Amino acid sequence: MNTVIRNGRIIDPANNRDEIADLLIVDGRFAALSQLSTLNSQPTELDASNLIVCPGLIDLHVHLREPGFGWKETIESGARAAAAGGFTTIVCMPNTSPVADSPSTIAWIKDRAAEVACVNVLPTGAISKGLMGEELAPIGSLAQAGVVAITDDGRCIQNNELMRRAVEYARMVGVPVFDHCQDYNLVGNGVVHEGYWSTLLGLPGWPSAGEEAIVMRNVLLAELCDHDIHCQHISAAGSVRILREAQARGVKISGEVCPHHIALTDEAIQNFDTNCKMNPPLRTKEDVAALLEGIADGTLGILASDHAPHARFEKEVEFDAAPFGIVGLETELGLFLDLLVHQNKTIGLSRLIEMFTVNPARLLQSEAGTLSQGRAADVTLIDPALEWTFDANASESMSRNTPFNGRKLRGRAVRTIVAGKTAWAL
Amino acid sequence: MRSREVAKEHVTKNQHNRPSPPPATLPVMDGEAINRALRRIAHEIIERNPESASVVLAGIPSRGVEIAHRIASIIASLGKTPVETGIIDVSMHRDDVGKRADLPRVQASKLPLPLENKTIIIVDDVFFTGRTARAAMDAISSFGRPGRIQLAALIDRGHRELPIRVDFVGKNLPTAPGERVRLRLENVDGEPDAVWLVKEEKV
Amino acid sequence: MTDPAKSALRWQRKDLLGIRELSAEEITFILDTADAFKEVGTREIKKVPALRGKTLVNFFVEPSTRTRTSFEIAAIRLSADVINIAASSSSLTKGETLKDTAKILEANHADIIVLRHGSSGAPQFLAERLSSSIINAGDGAHEHPTQALLDLYTIRERKSSVAGLHVAIVGDILFSRVARSNIFGLLKLGARVTLVGPSTLVPREFEKLGVAVSHDINEVLPTADVVNLLRIQHERQRKEYFPGIGEYIRLFGLTKDRAKLLKPDCLIMHPGPINRGVEIDSELADGAQSVILDQVTNGLAIRMAVLYLCGGIATP
Repeated sequence: MNTVIRNGRIIDPANNRDEIADLLIVDGRFAALSQLSTLNSQPTELDASNLIVCPGLIDLHVHLREPGFGWKETIESGARAAAAGGFTTIVCMPNTSPVADSPSTIAWIKDRAAEVACVNVLPTGAISKGLMGEELAPIGSLAQAGVVAITDDGRCIQNNELMRRAVEYARMVGVPVFDHCQDYNLVGNGVVHEGYWSTLLGLPGWPSAGEEAIVMRNVLLAELCDHDIHCQHISAAGSVRILREAQARGVKISGEVCPHHIALTDEAIQNFDTNCKMNPPLRTKEDVAALLEGIADGTLGILASDHAPHARFEKEVEFDAAPFGIVGLETELGLFLDLLVHQNKTIGLSRLIEMFTVNPARLLQSEAGTLSQGRAADVTLIDPALEWTFDANASESMSRNTPFNGRKLRGRAVRTIVAGKTAWAL
Repeated sequence: MRSREVAKEHVTKNQHNRPSPPPATLPVMDGEAINRALRRIAHEIIERNPESASVVLAGIPSRGVEIAHRIASIIASLGKTPVETGIIDVSMHRDDVGKRADLPRVQASKLPLPLENKTIIIVDDVFFTGRTARAAMDAISSFGRPGRIQLAALIDRGHRELPIRVDFVGKNLPTAPGERVRLRLENVDGEPDAVWLVKEEKV
Repeated sequence: MTDPAKSALRWQRKDLLGIRELSAEEITFILDTADAFKEVGTREIKKVPALRGKTLVNFFVEPSTRTRTSFEIAAIRLSADVINIAASSSSLTKGETLKDTAKILEANHADIIVLRHGSSGAPQFLAERLSSSIINAGDGAHEHPTQALLDLYTIRERKSSVAGLHVAIVGDILFSRVARSNIFGLLKLGARVTLVGPSTLVPREFEKLGVAVSHDINEVLPTADVVNLLRIQHERQRKEYFPGIGEYIRLFGLTKDRAKLLKPDCLIMHPGPINRGVEIDSELADGAQSVILDQVTNGLAIRMAVLYLCGGIATP
C-alpha cells in the first residue's frame, strides 16, 4: 500500500527542507516523487493543505508501566496515546516490575511492543540492578538486547563512582546515559519546589540545588569519560546555566524539557492538587524564563513528556503520599506549540520539529527523525493553528492524572503515520 | 412552619445588611407612638410586678436590648425602684441550628445572678412564631432557676407556632402572609424610630 | 449603636481549613463568637443545645492529647455526640486510604470531622470530597487554625486589640503549623510579626510572607508586646537543623536573664506542651507574664465557637 501526501508544508530539519511539496511513501518507506509514474497501483492520496508534514515525532521519556503496573498503563494504551499525540517513536523507562535490568525483560518489552504497539517502542535499560544504585546492571547484555539508552529514571545514582563506571561502560557499548538529576540528601522528602509556596503551605521543599548539583556532577563525568549524558526533565535555572557553560566547552551533555515545567509554576500547587505533583517539581517564573532561554539558544535541545501515568486511586490521596508524575503524551505537542511557537515566540516551527525529531534521533543514533528517501516512513501531520480543548476523559491513555484537563491549546497532530500506515488520525 | 421562621430570619438579615431607605408609605407607628407603647408596657410591668426590685428586663439582641433599656429608664423616671437589665442571646438555643445557610453574630448573654426569686422579663422587638421566646427561656434556665419568666414585645404580629403568649405588648399588628414588619430604632439602626408594614419583596 | 459593618457579616463556612483563607472580619467574627461561648463557661449549666443531634468525629491520624481533649469537651458542651478515632485504631494502618476511611465516616453520618493529620492539605482533601464539616486540628507543617485563633483571642483579651502589637514567634518555625497560622492571623489583624530562631529553622523565605526574620533574640525582646515560644521538636532528631538543645538554650531560650529585656506588660505564650528549661525557663512559664493557662481555657471557647459556626451551617 502506497501513499502520497499532497500539498503539505514539508519541514524536515535534517535535510534543511521547508517547502510546500508532496511526499511519497512506497512500501512503508519514503520514496522519490519520480517513482509516482512507475507505481503499479494508484497510491492513496492524503491532502495536507495547510498542514505541516514532518518526520514522526520522537519522545525520549515515557513510562509505559508494563511489565508490572498494567492498571496505570500498558504498552498498547501508552503507544496509542503516543500516536494520538503525534509521536511515532517513544523511549520507555526501565522502572517497571520487574525492573528492565535484564535482557529477558528487554526482550519481553520488545516482543510485546511488536505485538500490540501502534508506534515504535524503544526500551531503555537500568543503570543499576533493581534501580538500587548499588551495583551495575548488565549494561553490555542490555545493549545487545536492544536498549537505546541506560537510565535509572525515577531514581538517581548517588554514588558518583558507580555513576562514573556506568558512563564508561556505556561508552564501550555505545549507548547514551540518561539521568534523572536529584541529590537525595539535598532533596530529602521534598515534594514541591522549595520557595514561597512550600514555605506558605508547609510542604517539604525540593530545592533547585538538588537538581543542579547532579547536573554539575554529570557535566564532570561526561567530561571525564568523554561520553553522552542526557539530563532528563531539566527544571531549574541553575541547571540551564551549568549545561550551557559545559556545552560551550564541547562536553557531551544534553538537556531535555517537559511541557509542564514551562506551562506551570509552583503556584499551581496551592490547592494541594496532586496532579501538579511531579519530580522534579514545578518551579518559579524565573526558572520558566531560564528554560525558555535555554530552549531559544539550544542549550536544551530535546522536548519530552515524562509521561507518567498513575491511576486515580493512587493520586487521590494526601499530597505527601501521592506518587509523582503526570500523563503528557497527548498534550505535549499542543502545549509546546502554543507556548514556544505561538505565545512566547521562543522558537520557530522548524526548530520545534528539530527538537522533536533530529535531536533525539541523534542522541539515540537512530535512523528515525528525517524524511530522507529509503528511511521508514514515520510521518506526523500537524495542524499548527488548530484550537482545541484537551479532555482527559477522552484520552487514549489508561490514566487521567493531568493538570491540563480542559486546557485550551493551539496546534495538534492530526495524523500519525508509522512505517507508512496511519496509526492514528483525528 | 419552618419556612416562616426562616423567612423572618432572612428579613432580619436584610434589615441589618442593607440599610434600605424607608418605604414611601407612612409608618404604622412613628417615634411618638413607639414611645407611648413602651410607656404603657412599663406601667403594666409595674402593676403586675409590685416588687420591681426583683425584676430583670432581659433583652434579646439587638433591638430587644435597646427596648429593655428604654423600658427600664421609663420605670426609673416614674420614680419606681429601678429594674435591672440583662442580655439574653438565644442563638445557641435555637431549634434551627444546622438548618440555616448562614449564622448571625452571637452575643454574650449577661444576667444578674443568682436568678432565684427574680422575675425575668424577656424583651423582644417583634413577637412572631414564639420560637425565639422558647429559646430564650431555655437559655435563661442554664443560668439558674428564676422565680418567674414573663414576656414583653413592642409588636405582636401573630402567627404563633408554639403555645406561648406575650404578657406585655406595645401594639398588636395583625399581618398577612407576605407582609413583614420593618422596625427601626435610632440607637440600633441609625434611623429615626418607626414601624412599617411592608410587602415582602420577591427575591 | 451597633456597628452596621460588624453586624452585616454572617458566618457561611462549613469548614475551617486554615487561617489564610479567612478575612480579618471572619477572624474577628470567630473571636466575638468565642466571647459568647466563654460566657457559657461561667453559667451554672455549661452545656447548650446548639449541636444537639449532631455527631462529631475526632479523627486524629497524628497523636495529640490536648487538642483532641479540648475539641471533645467543646463538642460535649455543645450537646454533640463525640466519637474519637486515633491513628492506631483506624484502618489507615491497615492500608485503607484517607478517602475511603473518610467516606465511611460520612456514611456513618458524621456531621463534623475534626482532623489531625501529618500531611499538609489533608483537611482540604477531605473537604473537597465530603459534605461533612471539616475542622482542621493541625495538618503537617501547614496550619493549626484553632491554635492561632485561641492565641489571637488571648492576645485580644489581654491587650484589647491585636492591631499595632509587635509579636515575636520564637523557635522551630519551618516545621510549625502553629507558626504559619499565627503569622496569617496576626498579619490580617494588623500586628507586626518577627520570627526568631536559628537560620535553619527560620529561613529567610518567610520574609516573603510579610514578617521580619531575626536570629538575635536579644534584639527582638525589648520591643515585643507578645512572645510566643514554640516547642522545639528535639525528639524528631533534626540533627541537620541545629547542633543541640544546649546551644539552642544559649542562643534562643527565654532564660531569666533574657526575660529582663521584656517590657513589663509583655505576654509570654506557649502552645504547649512545654519543654521546661528549653524554650522557656520553668519559673517564667508559671510567672505573672505567662498566659499559658489562659490559652488553654480560651482554646475551649474558641473550639466551641468554631464547632458552633461550622457545624451549625446547613450542609447540602
